Amino acid sequence: MSDTNTTAPEGNGTACCGCKKFSSAAEAKFAELDAFIETLGLDPADERRRGRLIQILHRAQHIFGYLPREVQQHVAEKMAIPESAVSGVVSFYNYFTTKPKGKHVINVCLGTACYVKGSEGVLRELERVLGIEADTNPTPDGLFSLGSLRCVGACGLAPVMLVDDKVYGKITPAAAVKVVNEIKAKEAQA
Amino acid sequence: MANITITINGKKVEVPQGSTILDAANKLNIHIPTLCYCPDVGCGVANKPASCRLCLVEATGIRGPRKILAPACATPVAPNMEVWTNSARAMKARRTVLELLLSDHPQNCLTCAKNQECELQKLAAEFGIREISYQGERNSYPVDESAAIMRDLSKCVMCRRCETVCNKVQTVGALTGNGRGFPAKVGTASMIPLADSSCTFCGQCVNVCPVGAIVGVSYTKKVMAAIHDPKKTVVVQTAPAVRVAIGQEFGFKPGEPVTGKLVAALRMLGFDKVFDTDFSADLTIMEEGNELVGRVKKYLELTKAGKSAADAQKEAHLPILTSCCPGWINFLEHHFPDLLDIPSSCKSPQQMFGAVAKSYYAEKIGVKPEDLIVVSVMPCQAKKYEAARPEFAPGGVKDVDYVITTRELVRLLREAGINLANRDDEDYDSPLGESTGAGVIFGVTGGVLEAALRSVYTMLNDGKNLSGDAINFRAVRGLDGVKEAKVEVAPGLAVNVAVCSGLGNARKVLDMVRADRTRFQAIEIMACPGGCINGGGQPYIKGDRAETLQRRMEGIYAEDAGKPIRLSHENPDIKKLYAEYLGQPGSEKAHHLLHTVYHENKRD
Repeated sequence: MSDTNTTAPEGNGTACCGCKKFSSAAEAKFAELDAFIETLGLDPADERRRGRLIQILHRAQHIFGYLPREVQQHVAEKMAIPESAVSGVVSFYNYFTTKPKGKHVINVCLGTACYVKGSEGVLRELERVLGIEADTNPTPDGLFSLGSLRCVGACGLAPVMLVDDKVYGKITPAAAVKVVNEIKAKEAQA
Repeated sequence: MANITITINGKKVEVPQGSTILDAANKLNIHIPTLCYCPDVGCGVANKPASCRLCLVEATGIRGPRKILAPACATPVAPNMEVWTNSARAMKARRTVLELLLSDHPQNCLTCAKNQECELQKLAAEFGIREISYQGERNSYPVDESAAIMRDLSKCVMCRRCETVCNKVQTVGALTGNGRGFPAKVGTASMIPLADSSCTFCGQCVNVCPVGAIVGVSYTKKVMAAIHDPKKTVVVQTAPAVRVAIGQEFGFKPGEPVTGKLVAALRMLGFDKVFDTDFSADLTIMEEGNELVGRVKKYLELTKAGKSAADAQKEAHLPILTSCCPGWINFLEHHFPDLLDIPSSCKSPQQMFGAVAKSYYAEKIGVKPEDLIVVSVMPCQAKKYEAARPEFAPGGVKDVDYVITTRELVRLLREAGINLANRDDEDYDSPLGESTGAGVIFGVTGGVLEAALRSVYTMLNDGKNLSGDAINFRAVRGLDGVKEAKVEVAPGLAVNVAVCSGLGNARKVLDMVRADRTRFQAIEIMACPGGCINGGGQPYIKGDRAETLQRRMEGIYAEDAGKPIRLSHENPDIKKLYAEYLGQPGSEKAHHLLHTVYHENKRD
């Protein structure tokens, strides 16, 4: 239906649980996740294993960057719970995402202080320059994803932009584009 | 447990500790409206998430002496509590809640499948809603349609009854809450179509949905088009459980059998022949009984040759599992692929009927199989999915063309102006309408096994039939979710049997089989709690579910007791079918027409 639009990890392979082939990079990620799940010592006969779900999803998102359906199916299989139980939790929490993120994650604060200081203009300019809509898919080259958030507790610096873990205060549309271009140049050299 | 006395609307009432305000009000016959609350979605499991807030009342004694609004369905009584169900504040709060619910609900009641069966519509009438003060955003989702079940989540009120019955009662786990806040809805994993999910199409979600968000897919138009097509010969079969449920829609008491009137009504509706699935239920017993006897004999040979009981059970494919119920077969193929070798290979009675009608009967009356339309009236949603399985359409001609539920038949009869109550009893047509008491008890949990045991006894005792009260295997009767019994089927030969209904109970019993292969030799499994009498296509149960099912069960056993023949192998038309066409039970022809194979079907 409406929000089934997820992509397989590495864009290579379509399903979970070892039944279909993944690229070796994705296989290594699944192996890392399995090793983590192994340490929890889940007992399929113990209902309390369900309490571990969020912890496992956190780790899975850390490893894969996002939680596509294939990863959710894999977690369900490993925990011996229905896929729907995993999907329900993933869809409930804002933190979890079923869409891949770009290599660099840009977030613009739309909290009250930033908003009145014109952060929406920054966001729209970034959308225009990057050619993507905020809070949707990353750029086709996978370099950037763009999102909005509400307040990072730095209202004195409004308007605020975050690129990965770095905070840019009193940002203007032009300054934001400059930051993007700098990253692009750096990536082109690498 | 201690009792607690509280006051509701100035009346004192004493209830056990742990009761809710709603329980206490019910005891005083004070009505509090409810929507999400359902005391029994199946197997006695209640749904009370307190999510709809339509049962808000004003009460003291929850957080001190202050009067606050609280949901009656989920608030436990406390000593000296005082409750007002019809204070200005309580009534205003409930009206606001209802209007807000209605503001996000499509107001197309006239064309809704649940028109006049909808609990939300009933509440709007009860509250005297004449306008909805709130206009705002509405959720809108695409309609998801499978062969059996249709979901329109725009109508979902988030009561979560479907989710409770799917997860807690059936342990199918196809449905879950999705998202959060205003756009939250109940759906499948990642909102995939139901047909791609682990859904078994048992239809218990359809039975408990208070609104039109989950309903059966209707085939009534196609059935009427076939009836009105002069080139087609249209025959109908009626499942055992239909006859004890349809009456309630025409003013009969719940559970009252109306078999003869049902036949008369179907004939008046225009079917060329009115036949009975009970006939093919008898046929199922011939094949399944033969299979059971074969497996038990093999087991005895193997143990005699020195094999351990566990190895012999494995090699002889014991315990045998019944295969009449397509919801259960879907569950098996998804969740128990390691046990695919033990169910009976028999097709269900519905599919056996179709296969025999399109071969034996079509030849007999000189009609080409593609010009013979077979319609089923079933208490079931999964039967629609079953009839659509490709293995049941040899050469592209479906054995069963259309399946309609008991509910759909009620609608057809109403539209055609046929009232069951005004029809005189008529008899089924020959030859696929002759049946025994053993066939009719297929409609209730325990019935298939009892019918099989009656015939297996004869097969293992040199043709000697059970007589008198010995024909009644009372140990396997009743609405308990899991029944176990030890039954002597021949002198010195006892078999351990289990009967379970509701897929959660099936899971329990199959886990027992996985843990100890020798525990049972035969197991009957029905997907719906109570069996087909509680099928996903039966008239909606208003009021006490357990009570209604008890009445329907009694109706089934009364039909059985009233039949002159109560053993499947004594059905004269079954004997004739074998003599003229099939040869022996288990013959090559019988295998070709009446048996099937199961496949792992791992959906998500």
